Amino acid sequence: MFVRKLRNNIQSALHDLRSIKLTSDRDRMFLTANDQDEMEIAIKRLSHVFGIQSFSPVAKCEATLEAIKETAIHVIGSDETADKTFKVEIKRIDKSFPYVTGELQQEIGAHVLRNFPELGVKMKKPDILLHVEIRQDGAYLTSKVYQGAGGMPIGSNGHSLLMLSGGIDSPVAGYLMMKRGVSLDAIHFASPPFTSEMAKKKVMDLATQLSSFGASVKLHIIPFTEIQQMIVHQVPDNLSMTTTRRVMLQIADQVRQEAEALAIVTGESLGQVASQTLDSLTAINAVTSTPILRPLIAADKLEIIDLAQKIGTYDISIQPYEDCCTIFTPANPKTKPKLQKVEYYESFSDFEPMIEKAVQERTVIELPIQETDEFESLL
Amino acid sequence: MIYFDNSATTQLDDRILQSYIEVNKRYYANPASLHLKGKEAEALLERSRAQILSILGAPNGEVIFTSGGTEANNLAVIGLAKALQSRGNHLITSKIEHPSILRAMEYLEAQGFEVDYLPVNTDGVISIEDLEAAIRKDTIVVSIMHVNNEIGAVQPIEAISQMIKQKSRAVFHSDAVQSFGKLPIQLDAKGPDMITISAHKIHGLKGSGLLAMKKGVIPHAINFGGGQEKGLRSGTVSVPDAVSLAKSIRLNAVEEERKDFRQWRNQLIQFVDQYVRKDQILVLAPEQASPHILTIAFQHIKGEVAVNFFQEKGITLSTSSACSSKSGNAGHVIEALGIPQKYKNGVIRISFGNMNSDQQIEEFKKILASFMELLGRGQHDEVE
Repeated sequence: MFVRKLRNNIQSALHDLRSIKLTSDRDRMFLTANDQDEMEIAIKRLSHVFGIQSFSPVAKCEATLEAIKETAIHVIGSDETADKTFKVEIKRIDKSFPYVTGELQQEIGAHVLRNFPELGVKMKKPDILLHVEIRQDGAYLTSKVYQGAGGMPIGSNGHSLLMLSGGIDSPVAGYLMMKRGVSLDAIHFASPPFTSEMAKKKVMDLATQLSSFGASVKLHIIPFTEIQQMIVHQVPDNLSMTTTRRVMLQIADQVRQEAEALAIVTGESLGQVASQTLDSLTAINAVTSTPILRPLIAADKLEIIDLAQKIGTYDISIQPYEDCCTIFTPANPKTKPKLQKVEYYESFSDFEPMIEKAVQERTVIELPIQETDEFESLL
Repeated sequence: MIYFDNSATTQLDDRILQSYIEVNKRYYANPASLHLKGKEAEALLERSRAQILSILGAPNGEVIFTSGGTEANNLAVIGLAKALQSRGNHLITSKIEHPSILRAMEYLEAQGFEVDYLPVNTDGVISIEDLEAAIRKDTIVVSIMHVNNEIGAVQPIEAISQMIKQKSRAVFHSDAVQSFGKLPIQLDAKGPDMITISAHKIHGLKGSGLLAMKKGVIPHAINFGGGQEKGLRSGTVSVPDAVSLAKSIRLNAVEEERKDFRQWRNQLIQFVDQYVRKDQILVLAPEQASPHILTIAFQHIKGEVAVNFFQEKGITLSTSSACSSKSGNAGHVIEALGIPQKYKNGVIRISFGNMNSDQQIEEFKKILASFMELLGRGQHDEVE
């Protein structure tokens, strides 16, 4: 299950690299590349695929001593060698190979030293460990180990709905859940004509960026204008934000059900803004018993920004488009809203049919979007 | 009308013109704008760039769109010299480069850089030994064209690249304006670090070209303004030009040399052999040239006379290069070849493109034969 998911995720992350082929055995997967550039791109992308502990570029050659020696020079030569130490490690899976391990180590080691006299030899903790594995179909040489992203293959831990605002935090929250193996749908609230197409495009870009970590993301865009106007008219200014969040959560919960997701993920971080105090979270959370996962709840803003930059969502998030939360921002939202009061004011309006309608009329976009054919015909 | 002057420029491909018109109509916004229209144009621009890089074998590389080959060559030579001057101030090129390289080199010399101009043999090809001897510790740029525009001479790009890598850290730029679409050229380990392509030589639009480079080889800008194209080429980017160029490149890219052109070229060489044996015609670079260019020289006849004759008979071809054909001199390329004096002024160039046909080659042979006949009669009047 774990391996199959991982395999699919790797395949989808590398689908456009034509020279790359994927094969696997029990505990390892092999990618073969015929193109150096594609190989480099693959290495970059693999470092983002969850569920990979580590990976190494491997050179394959004929299982003859001469070929192995020559390939060893190429493999070592791809690293910095000045003032470094190395060691040769042999694994003879093909026992019919006409040299024993000790001989091989000596032959290969001596050949490497002749070509790279600046290298030192060290048996314990060398800088470069040249690993040679001899199999029936050839010899495999490697000297580099890249750290994988760790985590678990996306999809191995179920499915959740991410509330994606367009800000810095929510994509990071989504990323962290993906890292724990959760696949995502995302929900976004749009208030045209107050919010622009560009704001929508920005959220699509964010979802697309998240999808680059190994699984497509279905984005639900909710038409929110009517509800927001109703709230502005019916609920006192300083509580309107709390009500807005409560309605959003109710809508999200319905979409979650339809998307067959188990939990809702948000980018909330304790105390960051008025809606993210413990009192606010309590008042907002009261509309549902669905688990709400808040992976950033204890993170500092700077830590979040760091991570956002690392995963490539920061530059998208800081594009200057208004979203629905920043349009009707009241001057003094309550940081300690009382649930009873909020419920009292909400009781004068019937949100139920409006919520129903918003859920019905949502737009669903699967990301990444395959490039439009419109461009295809022009190019 | 038969058009055999494809090395000067080519006829626009209808499909490319259609793209150009469509993009102008639909994606007219400035790709640097933040609005939706601008973002669409930007997406299309970036898609064009990616397509070009993928075809050139350097998906991680960079493409800078320019106004054509001349600007791209200027940017490569001057921009690289400026970017790398902390490493050295020596550049290497050949004597038969296009003026957009040679004049840029002279400009750099005036700025205090040193330039070596490699000679060529009678086939118009540099020698690797000369290159090796010219490379110095402080060599920062080597610019050697892939195919010469006047005689079609092909330089050994792989060997040049290998020699440069072996002996120095210099960046290797190659002007591929003539070669692209006729011979394979890639920005891979065996290829140059940077190449110039011009759209109108591959049935695209005039006024459009590019400089493509491998990852990590970045010149300095030589024009200044809004910082478009990663700061390397300021000025609003023409998305229609970029898309059209990407399409020209896709439609014309080749994995091996153009066999049809080679066949035509061989047929013509075979045909003129009768005159070659009588010393009436000299074939320039018979073996070493690009499949699409055949340059021949008539003895004691001005190239212009031949051009006029063929013009009269409905065949458009040219003296060696459109850029230098008005000046009346034999030109720096012909001079560099060291061919016998009696042929120097009689050079004409026949260059093929996608719109030519087998039939036109036959037609050309007939007219050439009638021209030679005419000359034969004329020879009685000449006093040797």
